[in-house]
Amino acid sequence: MSYISKPKVGKLGLKPNGIGLTLRDYEGGMSTLCAGCGHDSITAALIQAYFEMDIPPHRVAKVSGIGCSSKTPAYFLSSAHGLNSVHGRMPSVVTGACAANRDLYYVGVSGDGDSLSIGMGQFAHAMRRNLNMVYVIENNGVYGLTKGQFSASADVGSQAKKGEVNQQAPIDPVLAGLAIGGTFIARAFSGDKEQLVPLIKAAIAHDGFALLDVLSPCVTFNDHETSTKSYSHTRAYSHPAIHTDFIAPAAHIRAAYDHGEAMPVMMHDGSQVILRKIDKDYDPTSRSAAFAYLEQRRKRGEIVTGLLYINEEQKEMHAIAGSAETPLVDIPYEDLCPGGTTLRDILGRYA
Amino acid sequence: MSVSSSTPGVNDFVIKLANVNGTGSASANGLLMKAIFRMGIPVSGKNFFPSNIQGLPTWYEIRVSGDGHLCRSGRVDIMVAMNAQTYAQDLAELSSGGYLIYDSTWPRARQLSRDDVQVLGIPLAKLCNEHFDNVRSRILLKNVAYVGALAALLELDLEVIRGLLAETFASKPKLIEPNMQAIALGFDYARENFECPLPMRCEAMDKTSGNVMIDGNTAAALGCLYAGATVGAWYPITPSTSLMDAFKTFCERYRKNEESGERNYCIVQAEDELAAIGMVIGAGWCGARAFTPTSGPGISLMSEFIGFAYYTEIPAVIFDVQRVGPSTGMPTRTQQCDIMTCAYASHGDTRHVLLFPANPRECFELAVQAFDLAERLQTPVFVLSDLDIGMNDWMCPLLTWDESYRPDRGKVLDKEAVEKLEAFYRYMDVDGDGICARTLPGTHPRGAYFVRGSGHNNFGRYTEDAGEYQEVVDRLLTKFDTAAELVPAPVQIGDANEIGIISIGSCDGAVLEATERLSAQGINVDYLRVLAFPFGKAVTDFIDSHARIFVVEQNRDAQLKNLLLMETETPREKLVSVLNYSGLPMDCRCVIEGVTAALKQGAAA
Repeated sequence: MSYISKPKVGKLGLKPNGIGLTLRDYEGGMSTLCAGCGHDSITAALIQAYFEMDIPPHRVAKVSGIGCSSKTPAYFLSSAHGLNSVHGRMPSVVTGACAANRDLYYVGVSGDGDSLSIGMGQFAHAMRRNLNMVYVIENNGVYGLTKGQFSASADVGSQAKKGEVNQQAPIDPVLAGLAIGGTFIARAFSGDKEQLVPLIKAAIAHDGFALLDVLSPCVTFNDHETSTKSYSHTRAYSHPAIHTDFIAPAAHIRAAYDHGEAMPVMMHDGSQVILRKIDKDYDPTSRSAAFAYLEQRRKRGEIVTGLLYINEEQKEMHAIAGSAETPLVDIPYEDLCPGGTTLRDILGRYA
Repeated sequence: MSVSSSTPGVNDFVIKLANVNGTGSASANGLLMKAIFRMGIPVSGKNFFPSNIQGLPTWYEIRVSGDGHLCRSGRVDIMVAMNAQTYAQDLAELSSGGYLIYDSTWPRARQLSRDDVQVLGIPLAKLCNEHFDNVRSRILLKNVAYVGALAALLELDLEVIRGLLAETFASKPKLIEPNMQAIALGFDYARENFECPLPMRCEAMDKTSGNVMIDGNTAAALGCLYAGATVGAWYPITPSTSLMDAFKTFCERYRKNEESGERNYCIVQAEDELAAIGMVIGAGWCGARAFTPTSGPGISLMSEFIGFAYYTEIPAVIFDVQRVGPSTGMPTRTQQCDIMTCAYASHGDTRHVLLFPANPRECFELAVQAFDLAERLQTPVFVLSDLDIGMNDWMCPLLTWDESYRPDRGKVLDKEAVEKLEAFYRYMDVDGDGICARTLPGTHPRGAYFVRGSGHNNFGRYTEDAGEYQEVVDRLLTKFDTAAELVPAPVQIGDANEIGIISIGSCDGAVLEATERLSAQGINVDYLRVLAFPFGKAVTDFIDSHARIFVVEQNRDAQLKNLLLMETETPREKLVSVLNYSGLPMDCRCVIEGVTAALKQGAAA
């Protein structure tokens, strides 16, 4: 948790975004994570994405669970409300918050322990409801705050710092997400900001649950040679299947894409996500194809990254529930209370 | 007012109906009770049902009381024994001088008889098989036929019954006639074969007008609707499920835009109770009135989050419709066994505001107050109902609504208020009542703060500093003192006697009747029913002004008594427990016997 506030440097020389704010306005408190932690790079990418999308910081609500990853909402968007909840339960808090106020941009930051062990149930059910949020898993394969135990995402054969070798099969949030029926499933590497920022933007624009599994090495407990979640291992085996460009609603599409390789996806807010396939055969709109591809690459020891699956057709939670367009918190009490005459009518049945 | 006698008579008796669950007996028994209610006679019904869908024994006990006593009396004057499986038990339970009605289609074992009761055999299955073709109808209408027989034996008004059937089947009018035929089958058979009416019978009165028969869960759901609750999150659990079912039904009717179909509410069926309370807290953080109905096992699962909401000061309303524990316990039986669990739910130093309704009307009123208190105090508030209140139909005064009511949203700073501030600090107690101003997400960049369950100081910042930590938890105690002034005051009857009874929730009927009967024996007692925790001054004054106090409650461990001992300066020997933890609603004999036995013992000592 950060309790050291960052000095605000004047806006001089900083380029403002479309709503007149600079990158500084999207920053948060000073990180208290270890120097070189992958999570800090993700924080920086989040700052960049919200800034570039011209989203007023106070219209964002940041929620997290418990763990190193879950501390990070204190390090970005200090003008946004944040809530650091209990271990593994961030999704339920966002569900309730979103039920109450559907107009905010929700971002949940979680870790592999928080999402894939104690919070597996809530993670799965938020996805099942297609809750409209960005869900970031800062995935490093270990428990950091309790000093280096394996997490559920640790790969078979990966060795802990103290020598223990993991023999249990990992839970892959991407495969799990595909199985559960997630509508936006992406994987990225914290060390590749070029890839991460457009993915975050596309996730924000997605009308539903956007899962970002970001491999984010733990420099203290899981960055050694025999780890499969280290910087070097991730860099060496990372295989981008698809490049993602994010085009804001009003922006003119300047880049030219080869027909057949570029796939524009129109988002609900009018923005476009252009997917440029690196593997020509990859189809990010087919769940079964994504599954087969990921499984094939996994066997080769490759870590497939990119926006791996997208479904803009599936309705999000409020659309399924038929909720009012107006956030429930903004509906005046007079419109909620049926009044005394109606109460007498209702009670007629019980007289 | 006359004291209920121990012998039955006109408008003063108990009918118990023994059935097999899943055979449609519930609607027939409801019809019987409602007919008596419509005749203006005070009546109450208790359903003793198994945790099962079909095939196990179930009982329905109806007390008819012209004097208006709504608790169980401990007697059974008429037993309708429709379940061969429990026949012996049902016969044994019948009070001396009572009547046993059974289906004489099949022969009855000879050893199952008693000299001190009368047995009335009615060939219900045979009558129905002869008159109705459809197999399912035969089973269902057999129950209606015994209502017909009781109508003759008790002199019930057939027009009232017809009217009730017409209301029930308003959307399926074809069903009215077969039901009336079944009534006539039983009625005629009883008239022809028995001396009608029985000495215990019904005589129309005018003691139920201005009352309704409603269950506590429906009434609580109405409270949520009227309080302006918009978010409901829940996980199905007996006996609380019907609360959310009712809320949903009301919302579909009264919270849906007729033209657009848009819903002004959001109900989420959660994956478990942990998620349900998380959702309520998320919604409360954002400023919605949110609630979750649950029962004991749910409270256990919610405990971590409840402590989080207490410490981070987020409003939440939790209905705990109590059932028998521990563990799965007896999920379809009633108890008041979560008092202690709820008072201090969660790890660490926590304590919570509890409200204790005694009947459906109070479920309605206290539901509304729960939302006001939760938002005013920025904390979880529990409404502790129980299975007896929640799932049984109670006769209670008509629920009324004050049109001038507006929700108390507590200290919430809006955009304009934030703009006037130089800086906003979430946990700064400006007013000295322990309650700090909050802002809602999305309001204003300067109103943003970071909610955390880890140590935080007055400014809302992270801390591990001893002094800063203590300052916040000490302020929470100040807030609890404020709560004691805001919660509803206890209900007190009498203040002139040396002996007092303190009780809670659904014990009310038993205590009220017991005080009358004790008074007839020359034992005069005052009665105080607590409506809330923290207890407040009225409760301590009552304890201080009585030499001896009986604490009447429905759990083994005397949870209310122990809470009183922990939270007041009362000497331990002053409080004497009267307990019922059988899983069945308390009857007045339990109170009378508990009090008289203790007094005798005291006299001997």
